[in-house]
Amino acid sequence: MLRWLIGGGREPQGLAEQSPLQTIGEEQTQNPYTELLVLKAHHDIVRFLVQLDDYRFASAGDDGIVVVWNAQTGEKLLELNGHTQKITAIITFPSLEACEEKNQLILTASADRTVIVWDCDTGRQVQKVSCFQSTVKCLALLQRLDVWLSGGNDLCVWNRKLDLLCKTSHLSDTGISALIEIPKNCVVAAVGKELIIFRLVAPTEGSLGWDILQVKRLLDHQDNILSLVNVNDLSFVTGSHVGELIIWDILDWTVQACERNFWDPSPQLDTQQEIKLCQKPNDVSIHHFTWDEENVFVAVGRGLYVYNLQMKRVIACQKTAHDSNVLHVAKLPNRQLISCSEDGSVRIWELREKQQLAAEPVPTGFFNMWGFGRVNKQASHPVKKQENATSCSLELIGDLIGHSSSVEMFLYFEDHGLVTCSADHLIILWKNGERESGLRSLKLFQKLEENGDLYLAV
Amino acid sequence: MISAPDVVAFTKEDEYEEEPYNEPALPEEYSVPLFPFASQGASPWSKLSGAKFSRDFILISEFSEQVGPQPLLTIPNDTKVFGTFDLNYFSLRIMSVDYQASFVGHPPGSAYPKLNFVEDSKVVLGDSKEGAFAYVHHLTLYDLEARGFVRPFCMAYISADQHKIMQQFQELSAEFSKASECLKTGNRKAFAGELEKKLKDLDYTRTVLHTETEIQKKANDKGFYSSQAIEKANELASVEKSIIEHQDLLRQIRSYPHRKLRGPDLCPGETAHTQDPPSQAATTSDPEESADTDHYTCRPTYTPKLIKAKSTKCFDKKLKTLEELCDTEYFTQTLAQLSHIEHIFRGDLCYLLTSQIDRALLKQQHITNFLFEDLVEVDGRGEEKQESARPKPSHDRPPSRSVEECPVPQVLISVGSYKSSVESVLIKMEQELGEEGSREVEVTESSSFDPQENLDYLDMDMKGSISSGESIEVLGTEKSTSVLSKSDSQASLTVPLSPQVVRSKAVSHRTISGDSIEVLSTCPSEALIPDDFKASYPSAINEEESYADDGGGAIHFQAGLSPPELGEAQEGGSGVTPSQTDSCCIGREGGTLRVPLSTPGHTLSDEDGVVSVPPQRYRQKDQEFHMDFSVENANASSRDSGSEGFPAYELDPSHLLASRDGSKTSLDDHSDATSYGSSVISTSSDRTPSSVPPTGPSSERHKKRAGQNALRFIRQYPFAHPAIYSLLSGRTLVILGEEEAAVRKLVTALSIFVPSYSLHAKPVKHWVSSPLHITDFQKWKLIGLQRVASPASAGTLHALSRYSRYTSILDLDRKTLRCPLYRGTLVPRLADHRTHIKRGSTYSLHVQSVLTQLCAKAFLYAFCRHLHLPARGTEAEGLAASRQASFLQLNLGLVNEDVKVVQYLAELLKLHYTREPSAAGQPVLRFDYVPSFLYKI
Repeated sequence: MLRWLIGGGREPQGLAEQSPLQTIGEEQTQNPYTELLVLKAHHDIVRFLVQLDDYRFASAGDDGIVVVWNAQTGEKLLELNGHTQKITAIITFPSLEACEEKNQLILTASADRTVIVWDCDTGRQVQKVSCFQSTVKCLALLQRLDVWLSGGNDLCVWNRKLDLLCKTSHLSDTGISALIEIPKNCVVAAVGKELIIFRLVAPTEGSLGWDILQVKRLLDHQDNILSLVNVNDLSFVTGSHVGELIIWDILDWTVQACERNFWDPSPQLDTQQEIKLCQKPNDVSIHHFTWDEENVFVAVGRGLYVYNLQMKRVIACQKTAHDSNVLHVAKLPNRQLISCSEDGSVRIWELREKQQLAAEPVPTGFFNMWGFGRVNKQASHPVKKQENATSCSLELIGDLIGHSSSVEMFLYFEDHGLVTCSADHLIILWKNGERESGLRSLKLFQKLEENGDLYLAV
Repeated sequence: MISAPDVVAFTKEDEYEEEPYNEPALPEEYSVPLFPFASQGASPWSKLSGAKFSRDFILISEFSEQVGPQPLLTIPNDTKVFGTFDLNYFSLRIMSVDYQASFVGHPPGSAYPKLNFVEDSKVVLGDSKEGAFAYVHHLTLYDLEARGFVRPFCMAYISADQHKIMQQFQELSAEFSKASECLKTGNRKAFAGELEKKLKDLDYTRTVLHTETEIQKKANDKGFYSSQAIEKANELASVEKSIIEHQDLLRQIRSYPHRKLRGPDLCPGETAHTQDPPSQAATTSDPEESADTDHYTCRPTYTPKLIKAKSTKCFDKKLKTLEELCDTEYFTQTLAQLSHIEHIFRGDLCYLLTSQIDRALLKQQHITNFLFEDLVEVDGRGEEKQESARPKPSHDRPPSRSVEECPVPQVLISVGSYKSSVESVLIKMEQELGEEGSREVEVTESSSFDPQENLDYLDMDMKGSISSGESIEVLGTEKSTSVLSKSDSQASLTVPLSPQVVRSKAVSHRTISGDSIEVLSTCPSEALIPDDFKASYPSAINEEESYADDGGGAIHFQAGLSPPELGEAQEGGSGVTPSQTDSCCIGREGGTLRVPLSTPGHTLSDEDGVVSVPPQRYRQKDQEFHMDFSVENANASSRDSGSEGFPAYELDPSHLLASRDGSKTSLDDHSDATSYGSSVISTSSDRTPSSVPPTGPSSERHKKRAGQNALRFIRQYPFAHPAIYSLLSGRTLVILGEEEAAVRKLVTALSIFVPSYSLHAKPVKHWVSSPLHITDFQKWKLIGLQRVASPASAGTLHALSRYSRYTSILDLDRKTLRCPLYRGTLVPRLADHRTHIKRGSTYSLHVQSVLTQLCAKAFLYAFCRHLHLPARGTEAEGLAASRQASFLQLNLGLVNEDVKVVQYLAELLKLHYTREPSAAGQPVLRFDYVPSFLYKI
């Protein structure tokens, strides 16, 4: 089990034995987030954050309310009340170019078996659908066809006016857990262990109505599929509860690559009992993906893995990136990766090319002196140096501690920093202190100019 | 405080000798002149002459038409204060210089008696034999039963220090005008009520007479009138005339020139009220109706009486007491104002001047003030207090219609009276040194308010004769300082007039003594020292002694407000004893006053003897105490010394004495608990003594104690510097301890170093027992945290270690501190454990001084445009940062971590300045990723 790396467990066992949580000291010179703002409006777990535009985002959670915030000031702009039970899915609903009203809309689905369309500029409840047989667990927007889909125990297709266009038959009691769009008017739905491909038939001259057809069922996963994302034009990726990562061809729906070695039961035979105990199967469940052009970043249990699409192997990993399951990961433009976890922390990682020759033998004291923040690296660095397998490493460059409970999700704003939401009912806005200070100065001098005089203002 | 002694320079460490930063000279308006007499080796403290009273007090006297001048009451109402000083004699003195021109009666050419709305006169008197000098404020109240409808009164501030009176003339005048205005407003109201009753009586009498006449007519229709009938007819006619006269009086009193009260500071409510008079005039034309509307609460209780044709004359009737003359509410309010005056002018002149300079300087830096200063003090504390303490129109009454009924607080304070003191009043005195010195006093007041009225004054000659061969010194009256108007503090501080002149002149006057009347000055504008000289007095180091012995009075005064003592206090006891049964209002007042009194008294006795009483008990009492205060607030029946924010126990001299030696823990506990209570209540009832925001002298006491404890902390803990650095740089300091009292004490002590976010409250939480949360660090910068021995505390400690990057933790039980390293030079100056400062108040002034300097740096840093904005659009990003760094280092002379302090303060300034009024949000939590170290003793 400790041979968690691909490449067939060739790495020396001894190094892999202990993999304590990598920690970083209080000195985090590369961590830009030196300012935070706690936003309090929810009364229950906040599970979803969705970006509306450059400066606004919406949060939703188990208390059934949706709150629209200003990401710059942390000001609460709107509170949308309408759902009576917890919100299960939320997506933005861009308005049509043709449409006169340019208002930003969002769709929310709730356990009260309704879907509501909100206007995020006015706070108005635009429309409400409440004819669902089951809780809608996922929503997907097919902008090209200008329809949206709701996935519960069945899959429904709706148009912008919230008319039900067509629906599938009852699929399963567990319902659709994830839904993505793939080319050729198809969607992929994750239903339990299977992936089902549906094709949408738009009305043409021949047929009058919309129709949705089940095209294919893919049964390659051995356990429930937890995550499903569209990586690029060529492939989509699924991850399951037992740590299977499958990369599918987006056009012909065949397996391009499969990675099952996050959880390899065979080595468990040799390992010690206590380690086995703490390493439960759900420690390898794949909760979330993120991706860039080359890599898929996978949250596997408590760890983070970087899977290279071209090399078709894991190029870097951090086995115990967090104390507890990683719930959400995101790739930042500057080769940074952010992960949040049930342990209530958010960590910032940097993907670095492995430097085989340089720097490694240098005593830590040297780096310490110069504030490189690598104090603990030698002691607890869990990255496996696999000569051939991993060519990169994930370096912890900072952690954000603020939430007192599981951090469910986060949202990255290029200009305003990071927004995290948590089971402790709070949303925290993390900001770059230096930049904020500069912005405040700017504002100050603007106000000074407006007032004309220092003494008029106060 | 800027004027605090600069002990700093001598404690600076040598290792930072190469100081690249030269202190630029202070701007003119900030420089505090040195003590002008230092060269002569004079003590800055005024020496008391052989006065027979122990400290300053306020005396209210009346020129009674029955018994002549008599003292009515003193504030504080304590015989100890004035000691053997002859109040009767002095009343005679001060009442005999009533320059007021009040003329009521039938002026030629007028059919009816005419009321004059007389300006108060303000005079400075001296009696060198008694060693007493007084600011005397004469005023006239209306009384229907009095001769000419007027009763002359005066309020005098009596001090042994002539200079104090002279130099504080402006302030005294302003404050006394407020009191006088209050009294007169109440009096007008009461007078109008009186008139209405009288009118009803007359009306009733007329009806009765009319009926009788009719009966008589019917009884003898012989065609001629009996003498009896003629008499009746005459009587009827005189009643008719009387009715018309009284109606006219009522109209006059109601049409009191309200434009006088008008001013820029009128609040909307006031303007609404002042717009009422037209409608009032309409109603008053009909007495019945006005009676209906005006006094319908008391109407059911009032039955008209028959008025005898010839009213009994003078001496067998009892004159109304002062309280009866005014509305009770206004009377108590006036007393409160007077005790407020007594408080603010308490202490040595030097101290007063210093604190005035202090305030003036603080006003100039209002951008940074919110960080460390007590804003209430800065923004004219009188105003604030008045506003809050002024009783609101009680709700159980019908909405008031008559203007007299409307309390006009802001108006009274801010408008006419103060301005009017700038107008010149010339007093000419011609003395005739004879057996009977009769004086003719010409009062000339050039008032800008009303030319018409002006003429009245000019015309008026008041002749008063005094049967006294003894001396009166008139030191001066209202001065003309309009050129040196105080409205601009900038100006008032820069006019350099030589104080020596004044002092020496005064001294020469002093030499004239004996029984002759001394006129020290009749040209007021010369005699009175302009405010600007105040700046010429050096910084006074306010020490505990200055107040150590003057505390007792306040308590007694409180007691004095309740009726029996009040009666006791007047020595003649002739007229002013308020009858307790008179109105329910008084009874209520007495009740509410006694409750808060008894409580602190009780606490006192407890505290004095036993120090080992567990602190919880104090707390309970405190809560009780606060409750009482709030009751008092609700009734708004009085403003006693508690209105100053003084808890009575703080005033007790024995406490202050106790607080000097080591056994002052109980006091500290007490005050801590008090401030805790108030911060919990935090509804800004400014009566409660509190650290947030502290008001007036109580804050001084509070500061003193906090300073003392801070000093002790600095001496006791070698790691005081990093702890204080944490506070100054905005890193939350958590004080962890088992014992609540100790934690609270330290929290209170260290709170002087905590910068505020805004002017409302310091972000200080005195005592928490639940685990801390991230929001707590955003909200509070200094937290007292309970350490519980039980396993329940695991959560608390866990949270603490989890959020350790946001906090510095001072463990009071283990004497450890975990916080970032500090290597700056600022805090060592602020908190030198080898400092020679011994007293809390001195230390708190020192802290204030250093912090003010720091604020100035933060201000410069935040408001220097070129530091923060790119000079050109295309400037590289790093350039601004390097400019900032070099500015901080080279221009402001900051090293290492000091930079962070200034940066943090600058952030607070920016946030404060740019904050939208609507957004009352909390500031962001700023933090650094810096390693912490564990310090041990």
